[in-house]
Amino acid sequence: MPQEVGRQYKEIMGKYLESPSEEDLYVGQQFSRRFIEKEIAPEDVISIHKTALIELHPELQDEVWNSLDFLIEMMIHYGLTLREHQSLIRKQEAIQMEMNVATKVQDTLLKTKMPCVSGLDVGYISQPATQMNGDYVYFLNKKHESGVAVADVIGKGIPAALCMSMIKFGMDGLPDGNTSPENVLGIINRIVEKSVDDSMFISMFYGKYNAEDTTFSYASAGHEPALHFTNSTGEFSELDAKGLLLGVKPDTEYEERSVVLNDGDFIAMMTDGVTETRTEDGFIDMNTIQNLLREVKDMSAQQIAEHVYHHLAELQNYRLSDDFTIVIFKKEPEQV
Amino acid sequence: MDLRSSVEIITEWDIVAARQLGRNEAKKAGFGTVDQARITTAISELARNIYLYAGKGKIEIERVTDNGKFGIKIIASDEGPGIPDLRKVMEDGFSTSGGLGAGMPGVKRLMDEFKVASETGAGTTITTTKWLH
Repeated sequence: MPQEVGRQYKEIMGKYLESPSEEDLYVGQQFSRRFIEKEIAPEDVISIHKTALIELHPELQDEVWNSLDFLIEMMIHYGLTLREHQSLIRKQEAIQMEMNVATKVQDTLLKTKMPCVSGLDVGYISQPATQMNGDYVYFLNKKHESGVAVADVIGKGIPAALCMSMIKFGMDGLPDGNTSPENVLGIINRIVEKSVDDSMFISMFYGKYNAEDTTFSYASAGHEPALHFTNSTGEFSELDAKGLLLGVKPDTEYEERSVVLNDGDFIAMMTDGVTETRTEDGFIDMNTIQNLLREVKDMSAQQIAEHVYHHLAELQNYRLSDDFTIVIFKKEPEQV
Repeated sequence: MDLRSSVEIITEWDIVAARQLGRNEAKKAGFGTVDQARITTAISELARNIYLYAGKGKIEIERVTDNGKFGIKIIASDEGPGIPDLRKVMEDGFSTSGGLGAGMPGVKRLMDEFKVASETGAGTTITTTKWLH
């Protein structure tokens, strides 16, 4: 390998030594790319240089040759470090590919079906801060009611994402007819308490809309309060209920409360990635979120969710500091 | 052909002696300047590991032939604590000598063949060969 490059190196350097010009330097630098492409180590480059110099100027003194040998010795560890970096980069590419597969697996695993009950318009958006999402939205659908769980693992990334599959399978295994919010949280809490270690905490909000009496009942395991928009007054109220984070105590009881929804009213459920949006001037306050929601109160649930997301993401220059999830349940006139 | 010479590694200066021996042998075997430097660096790293982690040990250098190929083989042996987790030691980014140490993956890269045998509490033997191309 080095013979051909060596010959060319000698030619380019020979021209330069005869009459130094910027052009030769430019050509030489372009040529150095070939060295890099062929993964020629720094110590080999010096050796090529030395060989070329011997052929061009054999009359030079021993100090020159010795100094080049010394330089070769100096470069051995540079060469090793370079190769180590190259190997670490390849390793990282492999990890990245695994992550991409894992993300796809997560998406498939945690798939949820949008509810479809009359009089309820549903929209949501859930964006991970890093590649894998530690927020989770899951819909439980029945004929006349639709439930939604919004969960957030404290922490983000892979550990949080692994935790989520547990919630999903817990929800799938819920006994029929036992889907009142206090019961749902009670059951999921026991599953989480048994399965995760003490350093992992999950907050969860569970809300359920009943189409027959248009009530929205809910319970919360240490989760962000939801916002309830009343169309007739244009005012927001916070929906919060007492309850510990999931996984802290096996026998935690969860308070259940409810509100009645009228046409045009909506509920916004979110994770702290929304409420704790950080900008250069610090955290945003609830008013910002309420104003954003009010601006688009007449739009569809999905449009409302996306509006809030785009605005808050823009405030952070599209670099989310935490996983971001918002779910909108909006009461619409019944279609008969 | 069985030309074998060795250096005991007890003090830091013995590392220099092992290097010198290795470079002379590599030169005599016909390796070019760069490969001489690589072989010497490998010996240096192995000797340093002995000095730092085992306290004392030995570097042996011998000429080898295989199917018309000529080369140089280095055997670094000690009766030190051994390497508990070989896999970890062979990983890039994990260097036992810290600082500028090239570690085991470095030695492996400098040479053509590399074998390590280690038993916790009994010692470590590393055998590595470079062939004349």
